[in-house]
Amino acid sequence: MTTLLELQGIEKSFSGINVLKSVDLTIRAGRVVALAGENGAGKSTLMKIISGIYQRDAGTVFYKGHEVEFTNARESMDAGIGIIHQELNLLPDLSVAENIYLGREPTKLGKIQWDVVQRESKKYLAQLKQDIDPTTPLGKLSIAQQQMVEIAKALSLNAEVIIMDEPTDALTDIETAILFEVVDELRAQGKGLVFISHRLGEIFQMCDDIAILRDGQMVHQGAVADISEDDLIRHMVGRELSDQYPFVPAEPGDVRIEVDKLTARGAKEISFTANAGEVVGFAGLVGAGRTELAKAIFGANPIRGGSVKIDGQEISLKSPQDGVKAKIGYVTEDRKQEGLVQSQSLGSNMSLTGLDRFCNTLGIVNKTSEAVTISEYIEAFAIKTRDASTIISNLSGGNQQKVSIAKSLVPEPEVLILDEPTRGVDVGAKREIYTLINKLKAEGLCILLISSDMPELLGISDRILVLSDGKLTGSFDRDEATQENIMRCAVAGQTNG
Amino acid sequence: MKLNDFISENKSLIGLIILMAAVSFANANFLGVDNMLNILRQTSINAVIAMGMTFVILTSGIDLSVGSILAFAGAICASLIGMDTPLVVALFATIMVGAGLGATSGVIISYFNVQPFIATLVGMTMIRGATLVYTQGRPVSTGSHDVAESFYQFGAGYIFGIPHPVILMIVIFAICWFILSQTRFGRYVYAIGGNENVARLSGINVKKVKILVYALSGALAALAGIILTARLESAQPTAGLGYELDAIAAVVLGGTSLAGGKGRVFGTIIGALIIGVLNNALNIMDVSSYYQMIAKGAVILLAVVVDSRGKANA
Repeated sequence: MTTLLELQGIEKSFSGINVLKSVDLTIRAGRVVALAGENGAGKSTLMKIISGIYQRDAGTVFYKGHEVEFTNARESMDAGIGIIHQELNLLPDLSVAENIYLGREPTKLGKIQWDVVQRESKKYLAQLKQDIDPTTPLGKLSIAQQQMVEIAKALSLNAEVIIMDEPTDALTDIETAILFEVVDELRAQGKGLVFISHRLGEIFQMCDDIAILRDGQMVHQGAVADISEDDLIRHMVGRELSDQYPFVPAEPGDVRIEVDKLTARGAKEISFTANAGEVVGFAGLVGAGRTELAKAIFGANPIRGGSVKIDGQEISLKSPQDGVKAKIGYVTEDRKQEGLVQSQSLGSNMSLTGLDRFCNTLGIVNKTSEAVTISEYIEAFAIKTRDASTIISNLSGGNQQKVSIAKSLVPEPEVLILDEPTRGVDVGAKREIYTLINKLKAEGLCILLISSDMPELLGISDRILVLSDGKLTGSFDRDEATQENIMRCAVAGQTNG
Repeated sequence: MKLNDFISENKSLIGLIILMAAVSFANANFLGVDNMLNILRQTSINAVIAMGMTFVILTSGIDLSVGSILAFAGAICASLIGMDTPLVVALFATIMVGAGLGATSGVIISYFNVQPFIATLVGMTMIRGATLVYTQGRPVSTGSHDVAESFYQFGAGYIFGIPHPVILMIVIFAICWFILSQTRFGRYVYAIGGNENVARLSGINVKKVKILVYALSGALAALAGIILTARLESAQPTAGLGYELDAIAAVVLGGTSLAGGKGRVFGTIIGALIIGVLNNALNIMDVSSYYQMIAKGAVILLAVVVDSRGKANA
């Protein structure tokens, strides 16, 4: 077996956080290597370093025996490394052939040789057993076909190494089967392939080798045949639990929210209940449908079926206004685009959702009572700011997050949904947020906590529900939840007990 | 407040003062009370439209239909007066017509996801066409009876020596300032312009607020149409051509960001006065109206460049 690509001691940090720690990886001709790992383990970063989108801080990359240094995606492409990103990088309004040859159209006297472009495109598509007319606008194709066009593009580059990042995410079973045939074909041709997937079944079905990343470290490399599913899961999780999660046990109160067979975009027939004074954690991989579920419960995504009851009353959820009115608070995972108006002041952001509290019947804001409430929250949440007039974008991530939580608390909700509340927040602020969650729980709030940080989820939840592929696949009480059994539900899509 | 902050927040006011100082050196008659009142009266129509435009631009929208609404409302008002409709009823009905036309743009923008530029461009064309159809392309007379007399008074009268339109401009300014700075609606306007997505997820009825904002813009354009019609004692079907651009210029000169979310109605008044002073100064200095357009464009360009340089250095 020839080694095509060899990575040695790859290091990468982003703003002081080490995301890849001395990572080695070997890609051989005629082999498919699976790259596995939890959310945020560093898989995508590693692939971006291979393809020259990111620059490594340390380490060496050998490509066909020579040390290489790609400074942009173009160079790695020209060298023969094709990457098929999770989000397709194609232009929907251009034709299939134009997409395949974008930026490197063969020309004669400055005129593009369209006949060549089309003939060659057709040839590569045929190799993939795709009978697609190369003049079709790309947007008219199914996602699977678009994926095939991406692969055809990689072939047309004479790519020796092809990296596929979650290629089956958007595909149906039939389309996945076609893709697997193509992968077999490419393997037979002696290409080296990297396959990133959360679906363990596919890894065992498709791949020859496996490489497992955890917290930026390569924790296991070997043949797929030599590893059991249990071992794979154990390698993927196994992050250390520490005492940084100040859990306070509490007697749950009455049932606050009942979700019955809720179906919305990305969520299928999900049912659960949660009580006052309880933190219910939601585990799952990226794309499992947790944010979609949260947004549906808040009224931000349309509900296609099922019902939501608050305190036994069924509520109609057509817009976020309905969510706010039904006493649901939602702290979004995306502070910049969805949470806070970055260009405006801390104060006007914090009171935005709950402005009614300070308004008389004519809609005139009582600025005195508003200012009192804002400064109470600034003090209670220890938000570090000169005063309420500070522009949000000048605050640190942790302080912005506190403002975001305070904003959803001002209208005095009974159910609070926290979507990745500690993402992009430093360690100290994380601890403060955990303490805050405990305090709100003690005050009787029903908290739904979405987090991709599993130790955090295990550390502060009373109960954990697991979503996979839009479905509820597991439910664990605090004392029976472990990283292994949660991950098993998160990847497998099977219901436990 | 530190001096630097004051200067950076009141650039347009400082610009106006410098402009006035410069003009008063060039022409001794400029600073007279009569001329000042004259400038204020000439500014009032643009200022009233521009205050409505401020709301629209704060939501990161634009309203190109205001000039056409002004003409249509003027024609409606003149006919109503001509039919001897009681003055209050005629004025109220006209303003409601303007609000309704604006609200229609708002509905098209919020419910059919049409860009404000396109929706109000369509409105501008169609409403102008409707005005021409309604008036048959001829001026609409208000007749000559008691109601018409009191209508002219509405445009030409004085209170304590101050022309009615100027008083109206000040009242509208006070109302707009109050709405933007003291009410929930005002907060929502800023939030929507700052980030519409955040506003929606904060439980704000974004569609409703936008419709109301365009309705307000339409209502103020109609009010401007009333003032103009009362001053001219008849409605011209081609009135208000290009007024949308003067209004937008006043808003921008006043420091409101076209991206939305930032700005003050006080700035808009200053912006309108800068345009008014400039027009007046060029007039009393006998500059041809052809050159006036070039000068006006140059001043707006200068102001915007100074403003964006200030932001880049901050």
